[in-house]
Amino acid sequence: MSPTLGNYLVLSAILFSIGTAGVFIRRNLITILLSIEIMLNAVNLTFVAFGRALGSAEGQVIVFFVMTVAAAEAAVGLAIVIALFRHRESLNPDSFTSLKW
Amino acid sequence: MTGLLVAQIVLTLFVFFMLLNSAAVMVYVERKVAAMIQQRLGPYLVGPKGLLQPLADIVKLMFKEELRPGAADAFLFALAPIISAACAFAAFAVVPFGAETTLFGLLDEPLRLQVADVNVAVLVVFAVASMSVYGIVLAGWSSNSKYSLLGGLRSSAQMISYELSYGLALASVLLLGQSLSLTDIVNAQAGAWWGVLPRWFIFLQPIGFLIYLTAGVAETNRAPFDFPEAEQELVAGYHTEYSSMSFAMFFLAEYVNMVTVSAVATDLFLGGWHGPLLPESLGWIWFLIKVGAILFFYVWMRWTLPRYRYDQLMKFGWKVLLPVAVVNLLVTAAGVLYFGA
Amino acid sequence: MVSFYLFGAIAVLASLLVIGQRNPIYSVLLLIASFGALSGLYVLLQAPFVAVIQIIVYAGAIMVLFLFVVMLLNAPREATEYDERVHPLLRPGPMRFGAVLAVTLIVELWWALTKGRETGEFAAARVDSVGALGRLLFTDYSFPFEVTSVLILVAMVGAVVLARRERS
Repeated sequence: MSPTLGNYLVLSAILFSIGTAGVFIRRNLITILLSIEIMLNAVNLTFVAFGRALGSAEGQVIVFFVMTVAAAEAAVGLAIVIALFRHRESLNPDSFTSLKW
Repeated sequence: MTGLLVAQIVLTLFVFFMLLNSAAVMVYVERKVAAMIQQRLGPYLVGPKGLLQPLADIVKLMFKEELRPGAADAFLFALAPIISAACAFAAFAVVPFGAETTLFGLLDEPLRLQVADVNVAVLVVFAVASMSVYGIVLAGWSSNSKYSLLGGLRSSAQMISYELSYGLALASVLLLGQSLSLTDIVNAQAGAWWGVLPRWFIFLQPIGFLIYLTAGVAETNRAPFDFPEAEQELVAGYHTEYSSMSFAMFFLAEYVNMVTVSAVATDLFLGGWHGPLLPESLGWIWFLIKVGAILFFYVWMRWTLPRYRYDQLMKFGWKVLLPVAVVNLLVTAAGVLYFGA
Repeated sequence: MVSFYLFGAIAVLASLLVIGQRNPIYSVLLLIASFGALSGLYVLLQAPFVAVIQIIVYAGAIMVLFLFVVMLLNAPREATEYDERVHPLLRPGPMRFGAVLAVTLIVELWWALTKGRETGEFAAARVDSVGALGRLLFTDYSFPFEVTSVLILVAMVGAVVLARRERS
């Protein structure tokens, strides 16, 4: 008895929900970025699972692009975190509430 | 439990054991060759011609006290050498070191002399190499000491910079070998041109070989790229605070990484186990000879060349090696297109 | 099936610990463990190339970037003005809103996935070689491929500019 497509989709949904919960609950910029990465990985899993179910290689090609975009976004996000930290010495998003720099 | 399964398990244990031995042999070879280059004797007291020196070293390391700085993060401090050593061994799991053999007719099917025959073997080597960065960076961070942290960050920045050239040199060989599986690449190098010159990729890709070896030396943090563990500058870099068996594991990881880089270089550029005179089933002897030659070259470089300063090292990696690797890839691609592989 | 449950359990557990940890370094390391488990799942889905790329790119490069930033910033443990012993669903204000939203999402996804028809097992394995992927990448998807390289260039320039120290 091997895992079905439904099993993979449920696993991916669980991971996506965990990522979303992390973005909402945590008050640390780095952990929020990590939760976004969890969400992107859940989406990757869905793509590969569907690609396998439909017998096409396009799922893997799309995953390739998603990974590249995630890398670019992580780099820019972390640069922004560094700039913010240098300014306020805090990684708590609640301390960046004023519109003045 | 078929005979093949038993043979594969025995092979895995044998490879693991031989890697451990190779580290011990490398300790002795390094000290003897260093002595020869520096015109002195090297180890000669322990055992005949100093051959038992590595054993003495290991026993000494085992009996030392295991220290840990009080403010260090205990879990990460213990985990870092494990990651380094585990990744070093794991990278060798996909490297083939001999032709298929039936062990003189004992087995029904031929046994591949490779722990795991994956058809993306080249990428697996690259992936495990990029995981070994974590051992170093965690060692630097968890020791909670400034020498360690600086050494760890510099060393990992160096490793990830040279990974790019490493990957591009690998990609050039993939164009020639037309496959990601190391066994296929080695088998594409069988035979000889005009009966004399072996069909090794080093003759088609000399610059690629040099790039690969340079990047490999930088990846394993060996001289002349060993600034992060330079004794004169940084005490001992990321393994300053380690002693006894944890230190031995970093040592072990470094030597096994050297062996893996040499083995992969042999498979990719020097024709693996193919060589004249010996039959295919004894090809592993040729493999050992070639790997030994590259390891000797490693040791020779360490004791001959002066050390690169860190900014010179990074400048070289990004401004010289990376463009050369890209141009090499383009030229190889053009050549494959024109000459049809 | 056993390996599916094993890898799935590791991935879910590691992700839960990522969002539950206070120390950011442990979060990053747990996420690496989660990526390793996902890589195993890709191998089970007959996608060895994606599995290895996951290790090389995600676990080997992006996470190193995260680790460097956490170490260089000496990221402090999270200090909140909320009382940490109170469950997120009971805390006042935006956090309760966020937690309620997350629970709603989980329930919705569960409902949606159990509504569909019974999906059968996968068809017989047809391992797509890396060559087939490459062919797709350079013919049908060549435009996104080129645009992605421009995107990476933009991200590189942006990261360097954003993280520069201001000349005072």
